[in-house]
Amino acid sequence: MRRGLWMIFRWPLLLALLSFLGLFSALVGDEVYDLLSWLSLGVPLLLVGVVWRRMLQANRSRL
Amino acid sequence: MTARGLRSWYLVHKWTSLIATIFLLLLCLTGLPLIFHEEIEHYFEQHPPLRPLTADAPQIDYDKVIAGALAARPGEVVRFVGFDPQDPLGFVITATGLVPPPLDGHIQPFDTRTGELFAPEPADDGFMNLMLRLHTDLFMGLPGYLFLGVMGLLLVASLVSGVVVYTPFMRKLDFSTVRSGRSRRLKWLDLHNVLGIVTLAWVLVVGITGVINTLALPIQGMWQTGQLAEMTAPYKDAPPLERLGSLHKALESARNAAPDMVPSFVAFPGTQFSSQHHYAVFMRGTTPLTARLLKPALVDARTSELTDMREMPLYVKTLLVSQPLHFGDYGGLPLKIIWALFDLVAIVILGSGLYLWLSRRKVPSEKRLSELNGKAMDAEGRA
Repeated sequence: MRRGLWMIFRWPLLLALLSFLGLFSALVGDEVYDLLSWLSLGVPLLLVGVVWRRMLQANRSRL
Repeated sequence: MTARGLRSWYLVHKWTSLIATIFLLLLCLTGLPLIFHEEIEHYFEQHPPLRPLTADAPQIDYDKVIAGALAARPGEVVRFVGFDPQDPLGFVITATGLVPPPLDGHIQPFDTRTGELFAPEPADDGFMNLMLRLHTDLFMGLPGYLFLGVMGLLLVASLVSGVVVYTPFMRKLDFSTVRSGRSRRLKWLDLHNVLGIVTLAWVLVVGITGVINTLALPIQGMWQTGQLAEMTAPYKDAPPLERLGSLHKALESARNAAPDMVPSFVAFPGTQFSSQHHYAVFMRGTTPLTARLLKPALVDARTSELTDMREMPLYVKTLLVSQPLHFGDYGGLPLKIIWALFDLVAIVILGSGLYLWLSRRKVPSEKRLSELNGKAMDAEGRA
Protein backbone atom coordinates (compact mmCIF):
# COMPACT_ATOMS: atom_id res chain seq x y z
CA MET A 1 0.00 0.00 0.00
CA ARG A 2 1.27 3.44 -0.92
CA ARG A 3 0.46 5.95 1.75
CA GLY A 4 -0.56 9.50 1.05
CA LEU A 5 0.86 12.56 2.79
CA TRP A 6 -1.94 12.66 5.33
CA MET A 7 -1.35 9.04 6.34
CA ILE A 8 2.39 9.64 6.62
CA PHE A 9 2.23 12.90 8.52
CA ARG A 10 -0.85 12.70 10.73
CA TRP A 11 1.02 11.31 13.75
CA PRO A 12 4.10 13.49 13.31
CA LEU A 13 1.78 16.49 12.98
CA LEU A 14 -0.03 15.65 16.20
CA LEU A 15 3.28 15.19 18.01
CA ALA A 16 4.55 18.52 16.69
CA LEU A 17 1.38 20.30 17.84
CA LEU A 18 1.70 18.71 21.27
CA SER A 19 5.35 19.77 21.46
CA PHE A 20 4.54 23.37 20.53
CA LEU A 21 1.76 23.40 23.11
CA GLY A 22 4.20 22.13 25.73
CA LEU A 23 6.93 24.59 24.79
CA PHE A 24 4.48 27.47 24.89
CA SER A 25 2.39 26.62 27.93
CA ALA A 26 5.23 26.76 30.49
CA LEU A 27 5.99 30.27 29.22
CA VAL A 28 2.48 31.49 29.95
CA GLY A 29 2.33 30.59 33.62
CA ASP A 30 3.38 28.30 36.43
CA GLU A 31 1.81 25.34 38.19
CA VAL A 32 -0.99 24.01 35.94
CA TYR A 33 0.72 25.49 32.86
CA ASP A 34 3.96 23.77 33.84
CA LEU A 35 2.12 20.50 34.34
CA LEU A 36 0.49 20.80 30.92
CA SER A 37 3.91 21.50 29.43
CA TRP A 38 5.52 18.43 31.04
CA LEU A 39 2.68 16.16 29.95
CA SER A 40 2.51 17.30 26.35
CA LEU A 41 6.29 17.38 25.85
CA GLY A 42 6.41 14.00 27.56
CA VAL A 43 4.33 12.33 24.82
CA PRO A 44 7.02 12.34 22.09
CA LEU A 45 9.57 11.17 24.67
CA LEU A 46 7.26 8.40 25.80
CA LEU A 47 6.93 7.32 22.19
CA VAL A 48 10.72 7.23 21.85
CA GLY A 49 10.76 4.97 24.89
CA VAL A 50 8.15 2.66 23.35
CA VAL A 51 10.05 2.43 20.05
CA TRP A 52 13.28 1.72 21.91
CA ARG A 53 11.70 -1.02 24.03
CA ARG A 54 10.05 -2.62 21.05
CA MET A 55 13.39 -2.72 19.29
CA LEU A 56 15.17 -4.29 22.25
CA GLN A 57 12.46 -6.91 22.55
CA ALA A 58 12.72 -7.73 18.85
CA ASN A 59 16.47 -8.09 19.25
CA ARG A 60 16.03 -10.45 22.17
CA SER A 61 13.44 -12.61 20.47
CA ARG A 62 15.85 -13.21 17.58
CA LEU A 63 18.62 -14.50 19.85
CA MET B 1 7.85 14.60 -6.21
CA THR B 2 10.14 14.02 -9.17
CA ALA B 3 13.28 11.96 -8.74
CA ARG B 4 15.34 15.06 -9.53
CA GLY B 5 13.63 17.12 -6.87
CA LEU B 6 14.05 14.40 -4.33
CA ARG B 7 17.70 14.01 -5.21
CA SER B 8 18.29 17.71 -4.51
CA TRP B 9 16.55 17.48 -1.16
CA TYR B 10 18.57 14.41 -0.31
CA LEU B 11 21.80 16.24 -1.16
CA VAL B 12 20.73 19.20 1.00
CA HIS B 13 20.05 16.84 3.91
CA LYS B 14 23.33 15.03 3.43
CA TRP B 15 25.61 18.05 3.11
CA THR B 16 24.04 20.34 5.70
CA SER B 17 24.19 17.46 8.16
CA LEU B 18 27.72 16.43 7.28
CA ILE B 19 29.07 19.94 7.73
CA ALA B 20 27.24 20.64 10.97
CA THR B 21 27.18 17.24 12.71
CA ILE B 22 30.47 17.52 14.56
CA PHE B 23 29.54 20.98 15.91
CA LEU B 24 25.96 19.93 16.69
CA LEU B 25 27.35 16.98 18.65
CA LEU B 26 29.57 19.40 20.56
CA LEU B 27 26.54 21.63 21.24
CA CYS B 28 24.44 18.68 22.44
CA LEU B 29 27.19 17.38 24.72
CA THR B 30 28.11 20.75 26.25
CA GLY B 31 24.44 21.73 26.43
CA LEU B 32 23.61 18.76 28.62
CA PRO B 33 25.35 20.04 31.79
CA LEU B 34 24.35 23.62 30.93
CA ILE B 35 20.66 22.68 31.21
CA PHE B 36 21.30 22.01 34.89
CA HIS B 37 23.77 24.85 35.50
CA GLU B 38 21.69 26.35 38.31
CA GLU B 39 21.45 23.02 40.15
CA ILE B 40 25.13 22.24 39.57
CA GLU B 41 26.27 25.66 40.73
CA HIS B 42 24.07 25.53 43.82
CA TYR B 43 25.53 22.16 44.67
CA PHE B 44 29.18 23.07 44.27
CA GLU B 45 29.11 26.68 45.39
CA GLN B 46 27.70 27.33 48.79
CA HIS B 47 24.64 29.53 48.67
CA PRO B 48 25.05 32.49 51.04
CA PRO B 49 23.30 31.76 54.35
CA LEU B 50 20.00 33.67 54.28
CA ARG B 51 18.91 34.25 57.86
CA PRO B 52 15.23 34.11 58.78
CA LEU B 53 13.89 37.63 59.07
CA THR B 54 13.39 38.94 62.61
CA ALA B 55 11.38 41.94 63.79
CA ASP B 56 14.48 43.96 64.66
CA ALA B 57 16.37 43.08 61.47
CA PRO B 58 17.58 46.17 59.63
CA GLN B 59 15.82 47.31 56.44
CA ILE B 60 18.02 47.33 53.37
CA ASP B 61 19.65 50.61 52.38
CA TYR B 62 21.09 50.09 48.89
CA ASP B 63 23.49 52.98 49.30
CA LYS B 64 25.05 51.28 52.30
CA VAL B 65 25.27 48.02 50.35
CA ILE B 66 27.15 49.80 47.55
CA ALA B 67 29.45 51.56 50.04
CA GLY B 68 30.16 48.24 51.78
CA ALA B 69 30.84 46.43 48.51
CA LEU B 70 33.23 49.16 47.35
CA ALA B 71 35.02 49.23 50.70
CA ALA B 72 35.76 45.55 50.21
CA ARG B 73 37.19 46.19 46.73
CA PRO B 74 39.38 49.32 46.93
CA GLY B 75 40.05 50.96 43.58
CA GLU B 76 37.10 49.26 41.86
CA VAL B 77 33.81 50.66 40.55
CA VAL B 78 30.32 49.17 40.53
CA ARG B 79 29.15 48.09 37.09
CA PHE B 80 25.94 46.24 37.84
CA VAL B 81 23.61 45.27 40.64
CA GLY B 82 21.61 42.14 39.90
CA PHE B 83 18.71 40.40 41.60
CA ASP B 84 18.08 36.67 41.98
CA PRO B 85 14.67 35.79 40.50
CA GLN B 86 13.85 33.27 43.23
CA ASP B 87 15.63 34.09 46.48
CA PRO B 88 15.92 37.44 48.28
CA LEU B 89 19.49 37.73 47.05
CA GLY B 90 21.21 40.48 45.16
CA PHE B 91 24.67 40.80 43.64
CA VAL B 92 27.01 43.77 43.38
CA ILE B 93 29.33 43.35 40.43
CA THR B 94 32.47 45.46 40.61
CA ALA B 95 35.50 45.70 38.32
CA THR B 96 38.56 47.86 37.81
CA GLY B 97 36.77 49.70 34.98
CA LEU B 98 33.28 50.36 33.67
CA VAL B 99 33.71 49.02 30.17
CA PRO B 100 33.97 45.39 29.05
CA PRO B 101 35.40 42.73 29.08
CA PRO B 102 32.58 41.84 31.43
CA LEU B 103 34.11 38.48 32.32
CA ASP B 104 36.54 40.06 34.76
CA GLY B 105 33.83 41.08 37.22
CA HIS B 106 33.88 40.51 40.95
CA ILE B 107 30.60 39.39 42.49
CA GLN B 108 29.47 40.14 46.05
CA PRO B 109 26.09 38.74 47.12
CA PHE B 110 23.81 40.51 49.57
CA ASP B 111 20.49 39.92 51.34
CA THR B 112 17.89 42.11 49.61
CA ARG B 113 15.81 42.33 52.80
CA THR B 114 18.45 43.44 55.29
CA GLY B 115 21.30 44.58 53.08
CA GLU B 116 23.76 42.17 54.72
CA LEU B 117 26.77 41.61 52.46
CA PHE B 118 28.13 38.08 52.15
CA ALA B 119 31.59 36.77 51.34
CA PRO B 120 32.26 37.06 47.59
CA GLU B 121 31.58 34.05 45.42
CA PRO B 122 34.64 32.33 43.99
CA ALA B 123 35.37 33.27 40.39
CA ASP B 124 33.67 30.80 38.06
CA ASP B 125 36.40 29.61 35.77
CA GLY B 126 35.90 25.90 36.07
CA PHE B 127 34.10 23.16 34.23
CA MET B 128 30.82 25.00 33.71
CA ASN B 129 32.60 27.98 32.20
CA LEU B 130 34.41 25.66 29.79
CA MET B 131 31.08 24.11 28.80
CA LEU B 132 29.54 27.55 28.34
CA ARG B 133 32.33 28.87 26.12
CA LEU B 134 32.38 25.69 24.00
CA HIS B 135 28.62 25.98 23.68
CA THR B 136 28.45 29.66 22.80
CA ASP B 137 31.53 31.17 21.16
CA LEU B 138 34.32 28.53 21.08
CA PHE B 139 36.53 31.08 22.93
CA MET B 140 36.43 33.33 19.87
CA GLY B 141 33.96 36.04 20.85
CA LEU B 142 31.61 37.38 18.19
CA PRO B 143 33.03 35.31 15.28
CA GLY B 144 32.52 32.18 17.37
CA TYR B 145 28.90 33.09 18.13
CA LEU B 146 28.17 33.79 14.48
CA PHE B 147 29.91 30.61 13.34
CA LEU B 148 27.77 28.49 15.64
CA GLY B 149 24.77 30.49 14.44
CA VAL B 150 25.55 29.37 10.89
CA MET B 151 25.78 25.78 12.15
CA GLY B 152 22.31 26.29 13.63
CA LEU B 153 21.01 27.49 10.27
CA LEU B 154 22.47 24.35 8.67
CA LEU B 155 20.59 22.35 11.31
CA VAL B 156 17.33 24.04 10.31
CA ALA B 157 18.01 23.28 6.63
CA SER B 158 18.84 19.71 7.56
CA LEU B 159 15.57 19.36 9.49
CA VAL B 160 13.44 20.72 6.65
CA SER B 161 15.15 18.56 4.02
CA GLY B 162 15.02 15.65 6.44
CA VAL B 163 11.23 15.89 6.58
CA VAL B 164 11.08 15.93 2.77
CA VAL B 165 13.24 12.83 2.35
CA TYR B 166 11.33 11.15 5.20
CA THR B 167 8.25 11.04 2.97
CA PRO B 168 9.31 8.40 0.38
CA PHE B 169 10.67 6.15 3.11
CA MET B 170 7.30 6.08 4.79
CA ARG B 171 5.18 5.36 1.71
CA LYS B 172 5.21 1.66 2.56
CA LEU B 173 5.82 1.75 6.30
CA ASP B 174 3.60 2.35 9.29
CA PHE B 175 4.54 5.28 11.50
CA SER B 176 7.26 4.38 14.04
CA THR B 177 8.15 1.08 12.39
CA VAL B 178 11.69 -0.06 13.08
CA ARG B 179 12.64 -3.05 10.92
CA SER B 180 15.10 -4.70 13.25
CA GLY B 181 15.15 -8.16 11.73
CA ARG B 182 17.13 -7.66 8.54
CA SER B 183 20.24 -5.59 8.75
CA ARG B 184 21.93 -3.22 11.14
CA ARG B 185 21.86 -0.47 8.60
CA LEU B 186 18.15 -0.80 7.93
CA LYS B 187 17.43 -0.79 11.65
CA TRP B 188 19.41 2.41 12.20
CA LEU B 189 17.86 4.02 9.15
CA ASP B 190 14.39 3.43 10.54
CA LEU B 191 15.47 4.56 13.98
CA HIS B 192 17.04 7.73 12.56
CA ASN B 193 13.76 8.44 10.77
CA VAL B 194 11.43 7.83 13.67
CA LEU B 195 13.56 9.63 16.28
CA GLY B 196 14.03 12.56 13.91
CA ILE B 197 10.36 12.99 13.10
CA VAL B 198 9.18 12.52 16.70
CA THR B 199 11.52 15.15 18.15
CA LEU B 200 11.28 17.49 15.15
CA ALA B 201 9.32 20.32 16.79
CA TRP B 202 11.55 20.49 19.86
CA VAL B 203 14.78 20.37 17.87
CA LEU B 204 13.44 22.99 15.48
CA VAL B 205 12.49 25.39 18.28
CA VAL B 206 15.73 24.90 20.20
CA GLY B 207 17.70 25.24 16.96
CA ILE B 208 16.02 28.44 15.81
CA THR B 209 16.13 30.07 19.25
CA GLY B 210 19.78 29.04 19.48
CA VAL B 211 20.49 30.86 16.24
CA ILE B 212 18.71 33.95 17.58
CA ASN B 213 20.80 33.76 20.74
CA THR B 214 24.00 33.82 18.70
CA LEU B 215 22.91 37.29 17.58
CA ALA B 216 22.81 38.61 21.16
CA LEU B 217 25.84 40.89 20.75
CA PRO B 218 24.69 42.57 17.50
CA ILE B 219 21.18 42.94 18.98
CA GLN B 220 22.63 44.60 22.09
CA GLY B 221 24.61 46.92 19.87
CA MET B 222 21.54 47.82 17.85
CA TRP B 223 19.58 48.58 21.01
CA GLN B 224 22.37 50.74 22.44
CA THR B 225 22.67 52.85 19.31
CA GLY B 226 18.89 52.82 18.78
CA GLN B 227 16.44 52.97 21.65
CA LEU B 228 18.96 53.59 24.43
CA ALA B 229 20.53 56.48 22.52
CA GLU B 230 17.06 57.94 21.91
CA MET B 231 16.11 57.66 25.56
CA THR B 232 19.29 59.35 26.74
CA ALA B 233 19.48 61.95 23.96
CA PRO B 234 18.54 64.88 26.26
CA TYR B 235 21.71 64.17 28.26
CA LYS B 236 24.06 64.06 25.29
CA ASP B 237 25.79 67.32 26.10
CA ALA B 238 25.37 67.22 29.86
CA PRO B 239 28.58 67.70 31.89
CA PRO B 240 30.09 64.48 33.29
CA LEU B 241 28.79 63.25 36.63
CA GLU B 242 30.89 64.24 39.59
CA ARG B 243 29.47 61.72 41.99
CA LEU B 244 26.70 59.15 41.89
CA GLY B 245 23.40 59.94 43.60
CA SER B 246 21.36 57.52 45.67
CA LEU B 247 20.78 54.07 44.15
CA HIS B 248 18.19 53.43 46.85
CA LYS B 249 16.05 56.33 45.67
CA ALA B 250 16.66 55.39 42.04
CA LEU B 251 15.24 51.93 42.68
CA GLU B 252 12.25 53.50 44.41
CA SER B 253 11.61 55.74 41.41
CA ALA B 254 11.76 52.75 39.07
CA ARG B 255 9.44 50.69 41.28
CA ASN B 256 6.93 53.53 41.46
CA ALA B 257 6.97 53.86 37.69
CA ALA B 258 6.27 50.14 37.21
CA PRO B 259 4.45 49.00 40.35
CA ASP B 260 3.59 45.52 39.02
CA MET B 261 7.21 44.78 38.10
CA VAL B 262 10.40 44.06 40.05
CA PRO B 263 13.98 45.04 39.25
CA SER B 264 16.05 42.45 37.39
CA PHE B 265 19.32 44.34 37.27
CA VAL B 266 20.70 47.86 37.38
CA ALA B 267 23.31 49.04 34.91
CA PHE B 268 25.45 51.80 36.39
CA PRO B 269 26.29 55.01 34.51
CA GLY B 270 29.02 54.49 31.95
CA THR B 271 28.41 50.77 31.41
CA GLN B 272 27.30 49.44 28.04
CA PHE B 273 23.65 49.16 29.10
CA SER B 274 23.28 52.74 30.29
CA SER B 275 24.31 56.30 29.49
CA GLN B 276 26.95 58.34 31.29
CA HIS B 277 24.22 59.91 33.43
CA HIS B 278 21.70 57.20 34.26
CA TYR B 279 21.06 54.28 36.43
CA ALA B 280 19.34 51.94 33.95
CA VAL B 281 16.98 49.84 36.05
CA PHE B 282 15.76 46.87 34.01
CA MET B 283 12.36 45.89 35.35
CA ARG B 284 10.79 42.49 34.81
CA GLY B 285 7.29 41.04 35.20
CA THR B 286 6.40 38.11 37.40
CA THR B 287 5.10 35.41 35.02
CA PRO B 288 7.62 33.16 33.21
CA LEU B 289 7.08 35.13 30.00
CA THR B 290 6.95 38.69 31.36
CA ALA B 291 9.91 37.90 33.64
CA ARG B 292 12.00 37.76 30.44
CA LEU B 293 10.56 40.86 28.82
CA LEU B 294 12.74 43.46 30.48
CA LYS B 295 11.61 47.06 30.55
CA PRO B 296 14.35 49.67 30.98
CA ALA B 297 13.59 52.50 33.42
CA LEU B 298 16.20 55.22 33.11
CA VAL B 299 16.81 57.14 36.31
CA ASP B 300 18.92 60.30 36.52
CA ALA B 301 21.96 59.18 38.51
CA ARG B 302 22.30 62.59 40.19
CA THR B 303 18.71 63.36 41.22
CA SER B 304 17.45 59.72 41.32
CA GLU B 305 14.37 60.76 39.37
CA LEU B 306 12.87 58.76 36.50
CA THR B 307 13.57 60.29 33.10
CA ASP B 308 12.20 57.66 30.71
CA MET B 309 10.77 54.15 30.63
CA ARG B 310 9.88 52.24 27.48
CA GLU B 311 8.96 48.83 26.18
CA MET B 312 11.87 47.11 24.47
CA PRO B 313 11.65 47.05 20.67
CA LEU B 314 10.48 43.83 18.97
CA TYR B 315 13.95 42.65 17.97
CA VAL B 316 15.11 42.74 21.61
CA LYS B 317 11.91 41.04 22.79
CA THR B 318 12.52 38.27 20.24
CA LEU B 319 15.95 37.68 21.74
CA LEU B 320 14.62 37.79 25.30
CA VAL B 321 11.88 35.23 24.58
CA SER B 322 14.34 33.04 22.66
CA GLN B 323 16.47 32.63 25.74
CA PRO B 324 14.11 30.50 27.88
CA LEU B 325 12.95 28.54 24.82
CA HIS B 326 16.56 27.59 24.18
CA PHE B 327 17.65 27.03 27.80
CA GLY B 328 14.54 25.15 29.00
CA ASP B 329 14.75 26.92 32.35
CA TYR B 330 11.17 28.16 32.54
CA GLY B 331 9.19 25.16 33.79
CA GLY B 332 10.92 23.78 36.84
CA LEU B 333 13.17 20.76 37.14
CA PRO B 334 10.84 18.40 35.20
CA LEU B 335 11.14 20.63 32.13
CA LYS B 336 14.93 20.56 32.44
CA ILE B 337 14.82 16.76 32.58
CA ILE B 338 12.61 16.77 29.47
CA TRP B 339 15.20 19.04 27.81
CA ALA B 340 17.97 16.62 28.73
CA LEU B 341 16.06 13.62 27.36
CA PHE B 342 15.37 15.38 24.05
CA ASP B 343 19.05 16.34 23.97
CA LEU B 344 20.05 12.67 24.39
CA VAL B 345 17.69 11.64 21.59
CA ALA B 346 19.24 14.36 19.41
CA ILE B 347 22.67 12.85 20.08
CA VAL B 348 21.38 9.45 18.91
CA ILE B 349 19.94 11.06 15.77
CA LEU B 350 23.25 12.75 15.00
CA GLY B 351 25.20 9.57 15.69
CA SER B 352 22.91 7.39 13.60
CA GLY B 353 23.00 9.88 10.74
CA LEU B 354 26.78 9.76 10.79
CA TYR B 355 26.69 5.95 10.93
CA LEU B 356 24.32 5.80 7.95
CA TRP B 357 26.70 7.95 5.95
CA LEU B 358 29.80 6.00 6.96
CA SER B 359 28.17 2.65 6.20
CA ARG B 360 26.71 3.82 2.91
CA ARG B 361 26.94 1.36 0.09
CA LYS B 362 29.10 2.13 -2.86
CA VAL B 363 26.27 2.21 -5.34
CA PRO B 364 25.37 4.87 -7.86
CA SER B 365 23.08 7.48 -6.41
CA GLU B 366 20.53 6.81 -9.19
CA LYS B 367 19.99 3.35 -7.78
CA ARG B 368 19.65 4.66 -4.25
CA LEU B 369 17.14 7.20 -5.43
CA SER B 370 14.97 4.66 -7.13
CA GLU B 371 14.94 2.92 -3.77
CA LEU B 372 14.07 6.15 -2.06
CA ASN B 373 11.07 6.37 -4.34
CA GLY B 374 9.86 3.19 -2.83
CA LYS B 375 10.37 0.90 -5.80
CA ALA B 376 13.02 -1.22 -4.18
CA MET B 377 12.90 -0.11 -0.57
CA ASP B 378 13.85 -3.49 0.82
CA ALA B 379 17.12 -3.57 -1.06
CA GLU B 380 18.28 -0.85 1.32
CA GLY B 381 18.73 -3.51 3.95
CA ARG B 382 20.79 -5.94 1.97
CA ALA B 383 24.06 -4.07 2.23
